[in-house]
Amino acid sequence: MLVDDFDPLKGKRLEILRTDGTVVKNLEPEIDDETLLKAYRTMVLTRVADDKAVKLQRQGRLGAYPPTKGQEASQIGPALAMGPNDWLVWAFRELGGLIYRGVPLWRLYLYWMGNEEGSSYPEGVHATPSVVPVGSQVPHAVGIAYAAKMRKEDTAVVCFFGDGGTSEGDFHEGLNIAGVMRTPNVFVCQNNQWAISVPRERQTASRTLAQKAVAYGFPGIQVDGNDVLALYAATKEALERAREGEGPTLIESYTYRMGDHTTSDDATRYRREKELLEWADRDPIARFRVYLTGRGLWNDEGEKALLEEVSVMVEEEVKKAESFPRPTLEDCFHHTYATMPDDLREQLEALRRGLPTGRV
Amino acid sequence: MAMMNMVQSINLALREEMDRDPSVVLLGEDVGVDGGVFRVTEGLLDRFGAERVIDTPLAESGIAGVAIGMAMNGLRPIAEVQFMGFGYLTLNQMICHAARMRNRTRGRLTVPMVLRTPYGAGVKALEHHSESTEALFTQIPGLKVVVPSTPLEAKGLLTSSIRDPDPVIFLEPTRSYRMLKEEVPTGEYTVPLSQARVVQEGMDITVIGWGAMIPQVQKALDALGDKFSCEVIDMRTLSPMDSATIVRSVKKTGRCVVVQEAPKSFGVGAEIVARINEKALLSLEAPVERVAAPDITIPLPKGEDYYYIGPDNIRKAIERTMGF
Repeated sequence: MLVDDFDPLKGKRLEILRTDGTVVKNLEPEIDDETLLKAYRTMVLTRVADDKAVKLQRQGRLGAYPPTKGQEASQIGPALAMGPNDWLVWAFRELGGLIYRGVPLWRLYLYWMGNEEGSSYPEGVHATPSVVPVGSQVPHAVGIAYAAKMRKEDTAVVCFFGDGGTSEGDFHEGLNIAGVMRTPNVFVCQNNQWAISVPRERQTASRTLAQKAVAYGFPGIQVDGNDVLALYAATKEALERAREGEGPTLIESYTYRMGDHTTSDDATRYRREKELLEWADRDPIARFRVYLTGRGLWNDEGEKALLEEVSVMVEEEVKKAESFPRPTLEDCFHHTYATMPDDLREQLEALRRGLPTGRV
Repeated sequence: MAMMNMVQSINLALREEMDRDPSVVLLGEDVGVDGGVFRVTEGLLDRFGAERVIDTPLAESGIAGVAIGMAMNGLRPIAEVQFMGFGYLTLNQMICHAARMRNRTRGRLTVPMVLRTPYGAGVKALEHHSESTEALFTQIPGLKVVVPSTPLEAKGLLTSSIRDPDPVIFLEPTRSYRMLKEEVPTGEYTVPLSQARVVQEGMDITVIGWGAMIPQVQKALDALGDKFSCEVIDMRTLSPMDSATIVRSVKKTGRCVVVQEAPKSFGVGAEIVARINEKALLSLEAPVERVAAPDITIPLPKGEDYYYIGPDNIRKAIERTMGF
């Protein structure tokens, strides 16, 4: 078991795909070519789509946005290991995981453009909407998993949060309850080293975030977060354990946020350029490309075609999001309750007539 | 029909809904083996097993958050918070998630859950065990806030709350748990949400209250005897509020006293007065009077009587409003 061999308390970190694209042979997971290619294509699409979102924000076409550059493997690795009915519970920097799981990119753009319709995912996509109050999604993942377990479904729940999220009470409460109830949960902490301006070592005196699992009575493992194969392998093992009733796992994905916290942030105020350059050498996409090329699955031509394909696709998704109708006044009222209460009906009527909601 | 107090009628509602619908689950601190600190969930663990009657770790935000997750994935959880004073830890979950999940996802994900908690003073309890901070929840769009006043009402309202497609905060007046017994039917019995109850009809003045204040109003009316013809309204659901019943009554009587256990300012009573102002001002013969606790921290038991609304003050407010 990887969780036994890579004990965070012994300073171990799971690394399979090295930065130069070579692999640790005895740990290399068996993944079919088609899935590997889908993972790569989604990683490239995510990077292009993410870059586009930042540009759209700069042009005033999209609201504040949290860039995900550098964390593509950290999100897509776990998504790769998930089964079709598994749930994805996310925070706000998981664009790649969501695209891989089938949330249409245009819906995600639409959400960041400020329309609730962006969080209305297609039937069959088991994912919760973005959660901005940090860490508060963790107990949801436990409840979703409990319901699945109670119905004896073969479903597990992968829950993402960041290094900052581990300082929140809901992280503790959620993992603690999950440990007690042995729910089928895989908790993925995207430790990107920075919670806005606060570095990882100011979040916790623990040497790793993975070791926090020990206190909750289940395994934790630290994984190279820019290594898609390691993320896949650790998540796959955790999901198997979850499905066999062996309870939750905490995976610390040790990665780096290459961009700002959001488009409203300026990371140069608190980060050194040197750190950024070091992490640029550990890019998750570059090393995966070398690996695929080595396996004879990829070449420069394919790369060129893919880049063209995804930029066309991203433009189309932007167009779709931008042409989506603005919410109507009624849209903003209708989903407050299943049935609209009389008060709301009166207020809606007043606004429709251009009147204040006071003396309705 | 059997004579029951409110603890028994709530227990009956829980049992019958759990019998009827296998997706209903209970979770909270001490709800299982102990049957709840007030014994409201007594016997349910034996009947439904530990999978559906869940003793949780001591974590109110976690309990609310887990319940939200359960509700998003097809269950109908009933989460118990042991006392309202500990429910503040659930506010982030209830406000940021339970209340708005339907709207945020345009109806794709919903949170049909009930958060039950004993609330209110008048029982000389420990610190933090006497809160009546319903207004913290009533201002949140997407939540429903329900307060029963009698055993029969509790059964019907809780049954409707469990079946409701939206999150409901169900506040159980601690003081009324064992105060009175009345006939409560076994089997199907529901009370619709967002409909106030006219407890008794009258022509001279409307007295509005909810929860543990209804028996106090009754005592005040007993003391007044036949002096005035009083109409009494039990709000039952505080939000979304039934304005129509209030307005209809005040238009008829022209006078109104609102009785609220909570501190006077910024409470549900103020909202009721505002609605009367909006819709029945010209029918008023006197200013609407609020009978409420002072805006102070609830005193410990030795000083609780300074705080708690008694029948005397309700009677005096009725007399003053009638004499205006």
